[in-house]
Amino acid sequence: MNDIVLYILLGLLVVSAVLTAMIKNTLKAVIALALASAILTVIMFMMKAPLAAVFELSVCAGLVTAIFVSTISLTDSPDPDEQQVMREKKRLTRYIFLPIIIIIVAGILLIAQPALNFSFAAPPAVQSTVQDTIWHTRNLDIAGQIIVILAGVFGVVILFKERLKK
Amino acid sequence: MLSIIFLTVILLYIIGFYYLVTTRNLIRILIAMEVLTKGLTLTLIYVGKVTGQMATAQSMVITLIIIEVVVLAVAAGIIINIFNHTDSLDVRKISRKKE
Repeated sequence: MNDIVLYILLGLLVVSAVLTAMIKNTLKAVIALALASAILTVIMFMMKAPLAAVFELSVCAGLVTAIFVSTISLTDSPDPDEQQVMREKKRLTRYIFLPIIIIIVAGILLIAQPALNFSFAAPPAVQSTVQDTIWHTRNLDIAGQIIVILAGVFGVVILFKERLKK
Repeated sequence: MLSIIFLTVILLYIIGFYYLVTTRNLIRILIAMEVLTKGLTLTLIYVGKVTGQMATAQSMVITLIIIEVVVLAVAAGIIINIFNHTDSLDVRKISRKKE
């Protein structure tokens, strides 16, 4: 029963990713992306990764969507001619090639199935909690994360400072 | 038998790369990167489940999400600046204007 729900959710994840790629309106594409994030959160909960799932829900479905929506609203004066041309040109190519590529790759995977039997030579599983792993095993990651966040903050500040000066 | 999760991951990668290659809108390129990151997140969780080291996988996913958001925020700022300078988000138009 649990497996069936998981498979349905995986299917929905792929469908929402395809919707993200296909929808012409950028704002609607972002909402489809947020839907994909929410579905991925449920999948992660089902695969017993609750902490990462909470991060995914709050950051990817929430913050990332907010960033995208604000970017779209700040850049929202598209050239109507440009939009019209892109719409006419890309309608057919967009809808035809993706299913063809997916079918080809699925066929290749089915043919090459015996060669793709990955063996995960796992060391004996150490029973540790996420907190232990983050704070003891991978504690340098936290320093890296702090540096990355600071770099991002300074980057955004510098970008908008230039703009204010002008 | 290939795992359905593995197949989903490959499909997400294909969709993300296809989207990345076909689109010319800068914001849509970022969205394509996000789709690719979804695939990567699912890969990490799947490998964590298979190897029985979910704690490590979760800590790596958290790191991935933080880096993803920072990259996205800086890229969004750059896109807004590009739009203010060129009045366009089309990659070809922007490169033409530069010439």
